[in-house]
Amino acid sequence: MSPAVLLELRHAAKAFGAVRALADGEIELRAGEVHALVGENGAGKSTLVKILAGVHQPDAGALAINGREARLHGPAAARDAGIAVIYQEPALFGDLTVAENMFVGRQPLRGARGGRFRLPDRRIDRAAMHDQAAEIFGRLGVPLDPAVIARGLSIADQQVVEIGKALSLDARVIVMDEPTAALSAAEVDRLFDVVRALKAHGAAVLFISHRLEEVFALCDRVTVMRDGRHVLTGDVGDFTPADLVRAMVGRELAEREPRATGGGPGETVLRVERLTREGAFTDVSFTVAAGEIVALAGLVGAGRSEVARAIFGIDRYDAGAVTVGGAKLKRASPTSAMAAGIGFVPEDRRQQGLVMDMSVQQNVALASLGRLRKAGLIRAASERGMASDWAARLAIACGRLTDPVATLSGGNQQKVVLAKWLGRRPAVLIVDEPTRGIDVGTKAEVHRLLADLAREGVAVLMISSELPEVLGVSDRILVMREGRLVAELARERATEEAVMSAAMGTREVPA
Amino acid sequence: MSDRLREAARGLARWESGLAVVVIALLIGGPAISPDFLTGTNLFNLGLSNGEIAIMTLPMTLIIISGEIDLSVASMLGMASALLGRLWSEHVPMPAIFAVIAVVGLAAGAVNGLLVTRFRLPSLAVTIGTLALYRGIATILLGPTTVSGFPVGYTDLGVNGVPFTNDDMTWSTLVFLVGAIASGVVLHATGFGRSVFAMGASEEAAQFAGIRVKRIKTVLFMVSGLVCSLAGVLWTFRLDTAVQDNGLGLELDVVAIVLLGGVSIFGGKGSVAGVVLAALAFAGIQNLLLLTNFNQEATGVVTGALLLASVFAPLAVGQLRQLPWSRRPTTERIQS
Amino acid sequence: MPGGLAARALRIRESGIVVVLAVFVAVTASVQHRFLNAANIQFVLVDTTVFALLALGETMVVISRNVDLSIGSTLGLSAYLSASLFQGHSGAVVPLVFGAGLGIGLACGLANGVLVAGGRVPSLVVTLATLYIIRGIDILIVGGKEVTAASLPASFLQIPKATVGGVPDVAIAVAVVIGIGAYYLRTFRSGRDLYAIGSSPQAARLVGLPVGRRVFTAFAASGAIAGLAGVLWAAQYGTVNSSAGTGYELQVISAVVVGGVAIFGGSGGVVGAALGALLLATISTALYVLGISPFWDQAIWGFLLLVAITLDQAIGARLTAALRRRRTREPPEGPS
Repeated sequence: MSPAVLLELRHAAKAFGAVRALADGEIELRAGEVHALVGENGAGKSTLVKILAGVHQPDAGALAINGREARLHGPAAARDAGIAVIYQEPALFGDLTVAENMFVGRQPLRGARGGRFRLPDRRIDRAAMHDQAAEIFGRLGVPLDPAVIARGLSIADQQVVEIGKALSLDARVIVMDEPTAALSAAEVDRLFDVVRALKAHGAAVLFISHRLEEVFALCDRVTVMRDGRHVLTGDVGDFTPADLVRAMVGRELAEREPRATGGGPGETVLRVERLTREGAFTDVSFTVAAGEIVALAGLVGAGRSEVARAIFGIDRYDAGAVTVGGAKLKRASPTSAMAAGIGFVPEDRRQQGLVMDMSVQQNVALASLGRLRKAGLIRAASERGMASDWAARLAIACGRLTDPVATLSGGNQQKVVLAKWLGRRPAVLIVDEPTRGIDVGTKAEVHRLLADLAREGVAVLMISSELPEVLGVSDRILVMREGRLVAELARERATEEAVMSAAMGTREVPA
Repeated sequence: MSDRLREAARGLARWESGLAVVVIALLIGGPAISPDFLTGTNLFNLGLSNGEIAIMTLPMTLIIISGEIDLSVASMLGMASALLGRLWSEHVPMPAIFAVIAVVGLAAGAVNGLLVTRFRLPSLAVTIGTLALYRGIATILLGPTTVSGFPVGYTDLGVNGVPFTNDDMTWSTLVFLVGAIASGVVLHATGFGRSVFAMGASEEAAQFAGIRVKRIKTVLFMVSGLVCSLAGVLWTFRLDTAVQDNGLGLELDVVAIVLLGGVSIFGGKGSVAGVVLAALAFAGIQNLLLLTNFNQEATGVVTGALLLASVFAPLAVGQLRQLPWSRRPTTERIQS
Repeated sequence: MPGGLAARALRIRESGIVVVLAVFVAVTASVQHRFLNAANIQFVLVDTTVFALLALGETMVVISRNVDLSIGSTLGLSAYLSASLFQGHSGAVVPLVFGAGLGIGLACGLANGVLVAGGRVPSLVVTLATLYIIRGIDILIVGGKEVTAASLPASFLQIPKATVGGVPDVAIAVAVVIGIGAYYLRTFRSGRDLYAIGSSPQAARLVGLPVGRRVFTAFAASGAIAGLAGVLWAAQYGTVNSSAGTGYELQVISAVVVGGVAIFGGSGGVVGAALGALLLATISTALYVLGISPFWDQAIWGFLLLVAITLDQAIGARLTAALRRRRTREPPEGPS
């Protein structure tokens, strides 16, 4: 008996401006299967998930649900079609109870129970609601109290609530977007039991994970994506972890840009010693020398950005030390980090890198206000001069420097963030995902810029989830996994497989 | 909710020009309505009755632009007034009293600032609390007593104007104008002011640019404490009266003028010029209504209507911009 | 279990007010036995009714992450208009007057609701404007006049004085209304929606809750309740001029916040808010009975409010810190 195909997506494509997030996505989900979706960061998995969730409308491609063609115009349409998405960190109503979160807006009512008087009654039948919730949790094998307030639930429990909500909506297709990333081992085991229960009830589960051991432990079939394209689909049993890693990274390495390092790295500038922040990263030590580009690789959630934030002083760290040029930095003080010569291009350009309401010029000047001052006042001419100078040097395409930075394209916005920090002539530049979501041309420009900076003697620490970027731009590669530094690879020895295996913690490092 | 407003706020750049038109209309139309309007005596009275409120709008402008609010301003005014009365009645020399008032004002502001920045409490709730607390301290200091009979040299400022202005300009007006220029320069021309705008528009981005958000906010609250204390001293001398309920309820007037001046309640937007114009319009309209025997206390109707206009006008402008024939071609620039 | 921890914290929050209240009563009574006599208790209860009612409406609004600053003005307008119905209409019956007050308040509430929900404009600004406008209308209508107790029928003035078994009728009635409010917020879909909206307005929209309609209803209810409170106020004080209820908005908001309703929505309840109002009335009576100057009242109140929000924040921060630590205590598994 061949199980029914519940959902089928073919040749799906989606572009955001100049960035093609999904070129040829494909997935087929059968009743009663757990289907793994793997691929490195940026392979297009999230875009595919958002198409299934009704959040994004694909530019091209065909979607069939239960064999019938379907279009998901919005999240409500996806819900009605029986698709539920469980995100890594669910957004529950913190002040409502578990049961209310499951049934919000459609709580069972007393009138519906049919008493002696069938008055129109908008009162919630709390007992029935709790019974139904408890029944669902029973089905999932998780003894969660329906009456407890959602705020303060662990992420694992919150996911279970979302799964319970999906079941109460009779969802047949359940998409789990990296559900295990923030869970402890015991919680992962429990989640697996829940997933097996779902499978036993005939649902199709799309399970997205970076941990290959989970794929092999839990899933029946696997689909691999790379660069927005479907690579392969097959029974998990037919593959080894090494096969999957190769399929995920199997890219021509021709695009690796050779870089002329000016006579090797100089003196150590940035020294990070035994840095620890509870709940984020543990015992991280490394150095970056002048003229060197060090990449911090790893999966999303491995703690790389958290390390960068702690170095720059945004977050407090619990133990360890950061020194620049031999001088120890004050904890949790961006001012101290900046005074020591650190510049930081953060991960989230729109929220952290830029003040979107301000002009290009004002954003460029924002980190250098102290230097543009004369007798306490900002000199307008200096500010304009600085901005136009950097706009020219980085070839920032914008109408006027006084236009809001929000009107620029992503790539040009990123150049504005870079200009903001380069204007301070930093000794250490930390860049977190410097080319995320920007077009290919600008990407190459940013890479060239980083190389130039290194040649001028800047110590560059680059966080990147794109392996070609990691391998092509850096001199040395540090790999983090689950909050710890797990590998250090010299540029010459580094391969995509080696980095990926270290990041994912697969035992065998493919040759 | 804020998105539409933010969008609309972009069209607000000329909000100040609208206010300027209102002020000019008052100047032209005012004398027609009441011949007394532009007389020196009337302008003096207008300055007297609005001076302290206007002064308090200045720190409030910076605080709201930074993304916070200070509802305790009128209570800090009252506390300074009570302190002045109490200490004077106990024969403390005037310079010492001024020093004490300044210190207490700064401390009151520091309490607001520290609760907001260090304990990460919402300033709305904190300053409702200190509104009660500081007014309470004022009441404890004075009880039911009324202190008057301050030295004539000081109370003169309620009678005489600034020299060389033909006695048309009050001292409080002078303080307001000087303060307005100072706040305008600080807000629009210094790094401090730029930082205030940045943290109001995006606190996170400001932090990532190394701006000391907590310190600046604390400073703003402290300045507010100091300025409101000064307003309290002016108020007390002008009326030659220190009572515990001096300035009661003024906080809402102050907030209303600032919002009327085009400052966004979400922070990150506004100008001192707008607030100065709003203060002028507020004082002018109130005064005209008084001269026309309109029940003076009912001028709130006008204030409220203007306030509503200030939030709905930009929305309406935003809607007009949405119409097909007025849509500006912004898409070209987005793609490079 | 962290979920249990959170629930316990919330339960502590609700009972915290009761404890503070009990301590206050116990200390006061031990010093001055007179405090617990029937007349005094009746006085406190009657004194609480108006604020408890206002707190009920305000709670509904605040839970939905909004604020209603116009309740004091609404109360004032309703108090005057409804009480003046007795003048010249000797036939005016008491229930009719209550109905009129409710209607006047409802009209004000509807206006707020339309402006906030329809215009999607921040409620702080809208209700600050309507605070002025409604008060202005009140002043225009009242002028210098006032309703005096002499012009009100005895049956009306008797309302706050009537008791059943020593408990004032109004206190019972208000308690019943509060009970209905609490029951509504707890068991009706629309009531629970308010909590969801306040918890996360975006998420509420995403799951398809009628956010605008619910917020509109909350404002309408708050207005109607303030109107009702206005009639009660008139019965209690007998003399109504145009300043009735001035400044109540901030007192009520602080009662609500002390009662455990989060200023940015999502949590808290009507019973807590009513207890907050009761605490407010108890403190002022206790001070009076103890012979402490009533001027300490406000300072204590402000201090209590600051302590309450600081503690709330500290408990919340503890919880998150505990959760964060919990995540690291179990080391990640897998080969390294």
